[in-house]
Amino acid sequence: MSDMPMATAGTPRPAHDRDANVAVRLGRRRRRIDRVLAGFCWLAMLIALAALASILVTLVWNGLGGMRLSVLTEVTKPPGSHGGLLNAIVGSLMQSAIGTLIGTPIGLLVGTYLSEYAAGSALGNAVRFVSDVLLSAPSILIGLFIYVLVVEPSGGFSGIAGCLALAVLVIPIVVRTTEDMLRLIPTSLREAAMALGAPKWKTIVFVCYRAARDGIVTGILLAIARVAGETAPLLFTSLGNLNWSLDLTKPMSSLPVTIYQYAGSAFEDWVQLAWVGALLITAGVLALNILARSALRRRT
Amino acid sequence: MSQAVITPAIAPAPSRPRPGTSRLGDRVFAGMAGGAGIFVLVLLGAIIVMLFIGGLPAFRAFGPGFLVSTDWDPVRQVFGAAVPIYGTVVTSLLALILAVPLAFGIAYTLTELAPMWLRRPVGTAVELLAAIPSIIYGMWGFFVIVPIMSQHLQPAVIDTFDGIPVLQDLFAGPPFGTGLLTAALILAVMVIPFIAATMRDVFLTVPAVYKESAYGVGCTTWEVMRSIVLPYTRTSVVGGVMLGLGRALGETMAVTFVIGNSDRIATSLFGPGNTISSLVALEFPESPAGSLKLASLLALGFILFVIAFIVLAISRLLLRPRLHA
Repeated sequence: MSDMPMATAGTPRPAHDRDANVAVRLGRRRRRIDRVLAGFCWLAMLIALAALASILVTLVWNGLGGMRLSVLTEVTKPPGSHGGLLNAIVGSLMQSAIGTLIGTPIGLLVGTYLSEYAAGSALGNAVRFVSDVLLSAPSILIGLFIYVLVVEPSGGFSGIAGCLALAVLVIPIVVRTTEDMLRLIPTSLREAAMALGAPKWKTIVFVCYRAARDGIVTGILLAIARVAGETAPLLFTSLGNLNWSLDLTKPMSSLPVTIYQYAGSAFEDWVQLAWVGALLITAGVLALNILARSALRRRT
Repeated sequence: MSQAVITPAIAPAPSRPRPGTSRLGDRVFAGMAGGAGIFVLVLLGAIIVMLFIGGLPAFRAFGPGFLVSTDWDPVRQVFGAAVPIYGTVVTSLLALILAVPLAFGIAYTLTELAPMWLRRPVGTAVELLAAIPSIIYGMWGFFVIVPIMSQHLQPAVIDTFDGIPVLQDLFAGPPFGTGLLTAALILAVMVIPFIAATMRDVFLTVPAVYKESAYGVGCTTWEVMRSIVLPYTRTSVVGGVMLGLGRALGETMAVTFVIGNSDRIATSLFGPGNTISSLVALEFPESPAGSLKLASLLALGFILFVIAFIVLAISRLLLRPRLHA
């Protein structure tokens, strides 16, 4: 920009001439830097998109070949006998569902507390801080925690221990979205409800929750998507089970743990099933994410 | 309340107590909400205490030396934390070195360079990277990245640096494809979306007037980023990087697949190693309840929790002023 009008090459005095030349060169250099860095940044974005594409293509390429009806109708079997993943899928669904059912009400209440009761209070700030830290805390440690708290005292691995570990992971996700969504509700809406004589709890439950419903549902969907793919916390809690079992007091199979066991095995058909499971779980998790995002977009 | 109905709407009622403070329903609901809040605090405390109690036998048996001992010998029942701590720190820092420039590039592109119609879909795509389960990254790393590393990247790098003093040691060893660098590479891809999303969000908080003023005096897009946006958002950008570090430190499944699992400290970045979380995931099945080995794993878990907590706490403190106004 700076080089455009300055380049009056015909000026008689050499000092001005030199200044103009410097300005031209400086301007070119600045724009070159700008373009080089822009190029690098576009490249960075392409690398990230290429990684995503590579992951998805690998999953479809390796997973689609093994996709048979028997994957959904048969349980895991010894290598060589072409089993399915039914027990793992059902186990994952059960543990994710129960974990979400336990974690959601607590997360909802905490989010409500932070948004409606704890504005500016020290306790509220502490709770928000701790919840944010738990949101990113290593999930494997949640598994170890439930192991020490539940599995050891109860004398064995169990599906319910897996549910509890997942519930701990659900809570901070629901807290975050609930608080954010409740904060978006205009104060005038609350005041209108209160002016009609509604007590605070009714205002929250029947006015605020209803107004923030889409956002809160988004949070729950994201929480389900997150815990459905978790492996590490289940290794020490529900352990995995190669047989059909719906008993929550016994070790329970789950899709991620089965994938982990199968992918690392030396049997070709097990590795193949691991890819099928990986494709299934990624498709489910990404679908939930996209669903949650589009629900939120409609709202904001 | 019947009084309120009769009172004309415009009349102020200053002496009336705020409705609801004394009602049973309100008290129960407020109690439940507050109780849930306190429950979260108790939960964090319980995690720390439980991991510490679980690891206590190991802390007792090995003392402070546990932190610096490189032994991991189940036969002699001697365990030390130095190797997995080293692996955790090295892989996480390497991952950050790789991820931060890329994440910055993505955030810069998404806020300043890309045309409007492209920003939302690409932003969503990058966020979807964060949604892919850890175990999938592990399989992708093991079946896609490891072969590329062992057949192309590692032999080329080893040849290039052969004979150059420091670099030849840093990139030495047989090209297995697994190892610290491969783990860091996968970790980098996993934390990029977290760092990029945070950077993008804080870049968007810069008041348009500041940027317009800079453009007005003839700054290029990059100069606006360097002289206006980055100084304005510096604290939060560091907070976003710390968030990525916190994520990388505790990542388990992806690392377990590709790190090569060795209980010795490798000086080469191509060498195998382990991290706290990969060691716990791998050794746990062979650690019977009540054994010293299990206690050592729980002690490692406690150490990891302390490290991650500090990193994440710093991240929150740096991010709070900007993102939660």
